[in-house]
Amino acid sequence: MKTQKSRLPSMTAYVVLGIITLPIILMYIWLLLNSFTTQMKYGVIPTNLTLDNWQFIWSDVVINGTEMPSIWTATLNSFLFAGSLTILELIIGVMAGYALSRLNFPGRQGLLKTTMLLHAFPSVALLIAVFYILNFLGLFDSLWGVILVKTALQIPMTAWIIKGFFDDVSWDVEWAGLIDGCTRFKVWYTIVIPLIKPGIAAVAIFAFLAGWSEFLLLYTFILSDENITLAAYLQKLMSNPNVINYGLLSAVSIFYMIPVLLFFIFTQKSLMQVNATGGKGV
Amino acid sequence: MKIELKQVTKAFNKQGNAVNDLSLTIQDGEFVALLGPSGCGKSTTMLMLAGIYKPTDGTIYFDNEPINHVEPKDRNIGMVFQSYALYPHMTVLENIMFPLKQMKVPKSERVFRAHAAAEQVQLGHLTARKPSELSGGQQQRVALARAIVKKPRLLLLDEPLSNLDARMKIEMREEIRHLQKEIGITTVMVTHDQEEAMTIADRVAVMKDGSLIQYSTPMDLYNKATNLFVAQFIGTPPMNFISGDLMKLGESYTFQENQQSRLIGIRPYDLKLGNQGNVIMNATVSLVEPLGHSNLVSARIGDKLVRFFADASYRADRGTPIVCSADLQKIAVFDKSTGQSIDTEHCIKEAFAV
Repeated sequence: MKTQKSRLPSMTAYVVLGIITLPIILMYIWLLLNSFTTQMKYGVIPTNLTLDNWQFIWSDVVINGTEMPSIWTATLNSFLFAGSLTILELIIGVMAGYALSRLNFPGRQGLLKTTMLLHAFPSVALLIAVFYILNFLGLFDSLWGVILVKTALQIPMTAWIIKGFFDDVSWDVEWAGLIDGCTRFKVWYTIVIPLIKPGIAAVAIFAFLAGWSEFLLLYTFILSDENITLAAYLQKLMSNPNVINYGLLSAVSIFYMIPVLLFFIFTQKSLMQVNATGGKGV
Repeated sequence: MKIELKQVTKAFNKQGNAVNDLSLTIQDGEFVALLGPSGCGKSTTMLMLAGIYKPTDGTIYFDNEPINHVEPKDRNIGMVFQSYALYPHMTVLENIMFPLKQMKVPKSERVFRAHAAAEQVQLGHLTARKPSELSGGQQQRVALARAIVKKPRLLLLDEPLSNLDARMKIEMREEIRHLQKEIGITTVMVTHDQEEAMTIADRVAVMKDGSLIQYSTPMDLYNKATNLFVAQFIGTPPMNFISGDLMKLGESYTFQENQQSRLIGIRPYDLKLGNQGNVIMNATVSLVEPLGHSNLVSARIGDKLVRFFADASYRADRGTPIVCSADLQKIAVFDKSTGQSIDTEHCIKEAFAV
């Protein structure tokens, strides 16, 4: 009796949650099934199971007479883009966050406010200006150019989040380090940085995901095939609305998602920790 | 190490000074407590000794050497913070070794000395743990071991006992005192607890609003307060204050209330029931609180409430008129406007009129 009673509410919760998440789950299941079939009966029932759609992994894909760039080039570029973005964002964000949190310099309050404003800027609004700048610098159609632009757009938010973590570190710990014989910089990297590791992990995860899913800037500023990334690759598959191979599109979409899923599985612990406690996992 | 502060001033903004014209000498091997209510500048003073803050004005000398611009890391000091400020990502041993590591002491010696320091604070069996796995008292000991491991010239203790429970406090108090005497290190402790300062320190510097009010031994603070503030601050239960004059009647004196006159201060332990003392006052009982070993009596003398101790068997109802007395030598007299202590003679009047 007792166990049934206590199980009942959780059962209801599961049913409600199941119904709500069903459309999303079904969409992914459809995507997966679609990538392994040539045709779907009534659009939902898979027939003719095949691996044809996945052959982009081991051979070149030709669509509409034009050969697509290799998926591995795109994947490598995506990793390069997301990885560099993460590293740059962390280095600059952690330093800027510390300065905003701890150092007293003129214009600090003003800077805090304007960084927030900067973050509110949609990148679409900046496209033309960014084009001129990249062109002037000779970084147009270069991954590094877009990495710099994306980093600049991300820094304000990163610095803000990191600042919050630094704010939580007590002055006492820092002073103790100074008295124990460290310079300010040494205190920063031997004592303070390890204390905000959860924050750094969170920011790194978000930065990587933002880089992995970036589309607009890459699509606008990258033209050549050797610099293509996965998001742009997907777009290329859909560029001609009359001849879209939905099976191939589904397969590439899933391929695009796999790293994110793996990444999430490995990092969800630190991700959740941050969300649940606001970052005080010290 | 002998420490000298000469007219040290610290201002954080233009509104006022956190520490004002402070001059203080601490002898080698002495244990000095900086005592005062919160916001009196005692922590600021300590952080100036540590080198975290630079004095706005004045000079601090370590062994006659001005050190105003010496960085904290070059001062060779140890400090225990109120929050302990242990490094949570390091083990206890790593925490204690940290100052030695900064001094580039070889690894084997580092481990040896850290273990010795841990033994000194009775932590030898816990060196492999992380600070988060220790109790408050144990964390306190780690902080202490970390502060003394490099054999600093000066030990700073910032409210080291305020986060401990009452029993632990007394235990740690004795231990710190013992350790300080054993290694003979000059020590400065900041506290707002007068009992702590009185019991642990060789000399106590009472501060208020950024200024030094009195700097003397605990006994002198208790018996010869130079200032009303010190008299109020030191001692539990606090000193009784009545305002009035003493009328001389032969060998003894009677108290006559006078709101305009000086303040007469009498310690609760010096005020006695009956008329054995030579200063005799009439009072009415308002409350008798049993404390076990004695009774704490609250009574009114004129307008003022005073407290003193009576025998454990003493019983009295509210409103009972009583006579209490004290010795003239035990009485302190303060000027109402300046707060300065003055000679007892000033409030004695010949009772011609009576």
